Amino acid sequence: MSSFEVQRKDDGPVTTLYLKGYLDAHTAPELESAFQKLVDEKRFNVVVSMAELTYISSAGMGVFMGFIETMRDNRGDIKLSNLPPKIYRVFDLLGFPLLYEVYEEEEQALKKFRELTGEGGSEEAGSPPEAR
Amino acid sequence: MAQESAVYQLKLPSRTENLEIIREFVARIAQKAGFDEEDVAKIELAVDEACTNVVKHAYEGGSDKPIDVVVKLDYSKLTVIVTDQGKGFNPESVEVPDIKEYLAELRVGGLGIYLIRTLMDEVKYDIRPGVRNQVKMVKYFVGEGGETRRSEEVFIGTTRKVSVPKNESGS
Repeated sequence: MSSFEVQRKDDGPVTTLYLKGYLDAHTAPELESAFQKLVDEKRFNVVVSMAELTYISSAGMGVFMGFIETMRDNRGDIKLSNLPPKIYRVFDLLGFPLLYEVYEEEEQALKKFRELTGEGGSEEAGSPPEAR
Repeated sequence: MAQESAVYQLKLPSRTENLEIIREFVARIAQKAGFDEEDVAKIELAVDEACTNVVKHAYEGGSDKPIDVVVKLDYSKLTVIVTDQGKGFNPESVEVPDIKEYLAELRVGGLGIYLIRTLMDEVKYDIRPGVRNQVKMVKYFVGEGGETRRSEEVFIGTTRKVSVPKNESGS
């Protein structure tokens, strides 16, 4: 049994990653490859839902920092949702709420993306930004 | 009062997969000692960060060299000492003047040092590259005197530097 899991759901132009278990220096590479895959697929609108995340260390936080620029440079973003209090406290310590949009519910983050990308239907997925 | 004290020790190969075991070891002791959930989480994270630094920096990853974690409990505090025999690093070279600026620059590597400093009451580095590097972290039980002191000391070879970065006003 794995101690960390990333599940993925694509909804039109937005992908939600659901994190489960603990995210430390040992498991961070798994999240890294999930993000790398999204970049390769040119999917730059990402919601990270953390409802089932039990632990995070700086190695885990580093993954978000490593990808936020790429996503934003491509007119996307990484938005965070459903942070358990324990996880939020760590984000807060590092000032992440200043850098990332944090939502209570995944749906709020999705809605924000929909406002930005126009419709919210999957047709928007066909208009990715130009490659840099 | 009789000085109730206890010493717990864990020695493991410095692999990232062992971080989970180290965290649980330290968290259980902190829990049993009576720290609340939030403090247990802080101690757990600080120790993880110190050990992650050992795996990634002192031993530069992939090594099976030992990482030694000692937890000491006495009436007023919990002390965790993490020791390695790796190349060591200067914790001052990852000084964090402004966390916002720091994050903006995406300098991922120093987050752990910053966190340890923020999460624990006292941090002491004793760095002797290739011989023995030690990080000593202290968390006080709250209750006596309210605000606990915060300090960080760095020893590198024979040089000693002491800084008291926080909670200085009015104390």
